[in-house]
Amino acid sequence: MATTTANGLVDQDRASAGGRRGYWLTAAVILLALLPVLGGKTGLISNYGFLQLSLMIVYAIAVLGLILLTGFNGQISLGHGAFFAVGAYVAAVLIDQANWPYWATLPVAAAFCFLVGYLFGLPALRLEGHYLALATFALAVAVPQILKYRHFEWFTNGVQGINIFKPDPPFGLPLSADQWMYLVVLAVAVLMFWIARNLLDSRTGRALRAIRDHTMAASTMGINVAHYKTVVFGISALYTGVAGALHAIIFEFVAPDSFRFELSIAILVGAVVGGIASLPGAVIGGVFVQVIEKYADALTKKLTAAVNLPLDLEPWTIYGIALIVLMYTMPMGIAGGLALLWKRLKRS
Amino acid sequence: MEQLIQQIASGLANGAVYACLALALVMIFVSTDHINFAQGELAMFSAYLVWQALSWGFNFWLALPVVALISFMIGVAIERLILRPLHDAPVLSVVVVFIGLLAIFHSLAGAIWGHTIKAIPSPFPQFSFVGSGYIGPHQIGMIVVTLVLLLALFAFFRFTPLGLAMRAAAQNPASARLAGVRVDWMLALGWGLAAAIGAVAGSLVAPAVYLEPNMMASILLYGFAGALVGGISSPGGAVAGGFIVGVLENVIAYLGNLLEKSSGVYIIGNGEKLTVALIIVITVLTLKPSGLFGKVSVKRV
Repeated sequence: MATTTANGLVDQDRASAGGRRGYWLTAAVILLALLPVLGGKTGLISNYGFLQLSLMIVYAIAVLGLILLTGFNGQISLGHGAFFAVGAYVAAVLIDQANWPYWATLPVAAAFCFLVGYLFGLPALRLEGHYLALATFALAVAVPQILKYRHFEWFTNGVQGINIFKPDPPFGLPLSADQWMYLVVLAVAVLMFWIARNLLDSRTGRALRAIRDHTMAASTMGINVAHYKTVVFGISALYTGVAGALHAIIFEFVAPDSFRFELSIAILVGAVVGGIASLPGAVIGGVFVQVIEKYADALTKKLTAAVNLPLDLEPWTIYGIALIVLMYTMPMGIAGGLALLWKRLKRS
Repeated sequence: MEQLIQQIASGLANGAVYACLALALVMIFVSTDHINFAQGELAMFSAYLVWQALSWGFNFWLALPVVALISFMIGVAIERLILRPLHDAPVLSVVVVFIGLLAIFHSLAGAIWGHTIKAIPSPFPQFSFVGSGYIGPHQIGMIVVTLVLLLALFAFFRFTPLGLAMRAAAQNPASARLAGVRVDWMLALGWGLAAAIGAVAGSLVAPAVYLEPNMMASILLYGFAGALVGGISSPGGAVAGGFIVGVLENVIAYLGNLLEKSSGVYIIGNGEKLTVALIIVITVLTLKPSGLFGKVSVKRV
């Protein structure tokens, strides 16, 4: 049945999602879930390797949150690091102060971040485009200061941050802590992506895209624009907040200065590089964020040496140039670019 | 009371810098409808250029115009080379490009000059005068330079043919083009002017806060707040807004300290300056998006 959703790329994605791709996806997830047995037991992947994989998945969830908001609803946020920070702190404080088990903190972080996002979405309702970018930019810049606020110190521990400990696998499973947390993170990610996909395929998802493509037309069709915009802000914050909570647990540490403006930029870059309106794009974006964080230094040094530059370039220079070039060549990100390429190949 | 006056005076001095940055933001906003997130980093880069010139032995007052000119050319180049092709691109693309520029200038400054803190000596002579207990010579200098800059810009836009052409291009591009104004170049000129104003702001604030690649992040936020308070479509309003925000910032912190001293209740202090800016930004954006002096924009249905 031909629905009236706009934006060709997104709907191409959707049309083929049911068939063969479903099997491939399931196979991929099963393979990923078996990694601790396949890779861990044979010694192919170290515990450190599993930590890296977990971080990639965590960033993928965070990027997914931004993609739901920006890619599918057209609201720009430069401040998603703030929600990431809130989620991380909720988990860390509950574990540290109230001795909660780590898994119980996730729903609380989710609910709390939804609330925060929803409340921030209320004033954001009146803002569009550049103005919303500006308001969220201000939020991102102010976050470390808010976390250091003196009256919060008794539970946030101020500048020093909070140390927590990585949980051991339950039931005496023969896994290392890193392998276990990798499985937990993977399970949460699969659940969250599944929910996101169903959400976007539902009436709500169509409403979100209608608002993005033509707000006025959408409201003429009877879509409650204010309601959907604030709710999606909350959902988006929920996703990024859960990612933050998972990050705190696997990283075993939170501090105000790990949530500087750079984090918000990293999430934005992940979304833009992966593909701003695509769920697979979120995965690509998450991998990209972690890989860049890990290897950008080494890569930049190699590049600098290769072209014989007289000064030591910093990773951010490459980052910035890559962003600008990407906006020219593939405005829909890597996922969008691949989809376009695939379409052309099929036609010829 | 004396302390309060002191706080207001130094707030005015900080406000001068916010006013410059706000002015630069408004220059770009009026002509292109874009909010330039890279403005602060550009200004920081220019301040480093001034430092470089000083360390080569040049006089500050010789270095500043030269650096302003270089910044002007950088601004024009950015508009012509990077933003021109994105003229009809969605807002997100433009914002991402600005973030890219921010990253590039931030890291280039770090790569070229390192991350250690550098100092620029104040270019204004040390002398004592009436009321010098309240305000330092550098702070007075900041205010004076800002006001002179504002007057010069006003004269430029009001009395020169080029200024008239720029105003025409910003207000009604189509008609201006028909009248023979080269609208594209006017936009580039606007960018250049903004970069030059930013250069002045950066080199004025550098003696007060020390030079390092991160110095502009919080100042830019206050520049945004100033531009919004005054009305982001009004240059004069932006300057007023910058001063207002500068004073507000200091007075709020002062009142917070006073409250703490008198009643022992801590609510707000120097540690919450960015949060104050955030609150100002969100309050203005939600309650009065056009600011104090800006044009109210009406959405056409």
